Amino acid sequence: MEAFSHIAAAGTSTPAELKAQAAASSAGFAYGLAAIGPGIGIGYLVGKSVEAMARQPEAAGMVRTTMFLGIAFTEALALIGFVVFILIGL
Amino acid sequence: MIAESFSFPEINSILRWQDLFGSFNKVALIAVAATVISATVFLIAARKDASVAPKGVRNLAETSVEFIENGIVMQTMGKDGLGWTPFLLSLFVFIYLCNAPGIIPIIYMPATARMAIPMFLALLVWVIYNGVGIKHQGLGGYLKSTLFPPGVPVLLYILVTPIEFISNILVRPFSLMVRLFANMLAGHILLVTFALLTQSLVTAETMKFVLKPMMVLPFFMLLFLTAFEVLVAFLQAYIFTILTAVYIGGAAHPEH
Repeated sequence: MEAFSHIAAAGTSTPAELKAQAAASSAGFAYGLAAIGPGIGIGYLVGKSVEAMARQPEAAGMVRTTMFLGIAFTEALALIGFVVFILIGL
Repeated sequence: MIAESFSFPEINSILRWQDLFGSFNKVALIAVAATVISATVFLIAARKDASVAPKGVRNLAETSVEFIENGIVMQTMGKDGLGWTPFLLSLFVFIYLCNAPGIIPIIYMPATARMAIPMFLALLVWVIYNGVGIKHQGLGGYLKSTLFPPGVPVLLYILVTPIEFISNILVRPFSLMVRLFANMLAGHILLVTFALLTQSLVTAETMKFVLKPMMVLPFFMLLFLTAFEVLVAFLQAYIFTILTAVYIGGAAHPEH
């Protein structure tokens, strides 16, 4: 019951506490939302690259380099979300 | 209860250590060690007799030089860029040796998980690729080729030029920095999380017969993540180097 008592007392907390609560709950959302787009993007990118490599194995080296570049650019968005998570959540 | 025994430590306590002397701490120690180790390895390899077949340290050095030449320079800059091999090689080896301690027992700290090292490297790369662009095309020519890409209708430059400025001048070093930093920090935090979870399950006081066998799950996750971090340490060094090569190549020869 102690676990619920401070939730019930949340209505009477100071602005600083309210801010900390809002930050803690939105940090999770920030990273979760930031991971959706890059997740779809990287999946699509790698899938297409594998398709290209299977179709033309002799071009595999070039496709792989370009794939890593693409992953690096796509992944940056998720990582910025992670940094925001660190900044507001911890 | 479990909830009380398992609480994540303050972020500073997993990233900061006591200063050894002055403000010289473990991260700085790792960075210095990375420099010393790479310099020693390559100096030993360079001193060996070149006429006999390579072995030992020289083999390692030659493999890494060939990897940079064939895997990074030839793929992105072509033959003209081979002069950049020493710079890219030292960048790659330094970043890799800073990343690798993240999974080495006892040390367990990637030096690149602190912002200072990625930020300095990204600023260095920023200065170099802008310098190369200005040197090869002149200041006006460089600004023209980066801010006013050819083949765009004149009116669209109102829209394109600010975007190109932001993406080429501001976002590039920032994303280079954040990519390396956040990847290593995320890996470090994941390892800490699963190590702490394993520990708190092993030392559980209540419901021992349920909780103690359950430590197998986070422990296997820890093993898997350690193996994954071996890959990430290499991949992030590779990506940082290849992006540097792409930026320098793009600044030197804008038509490609």
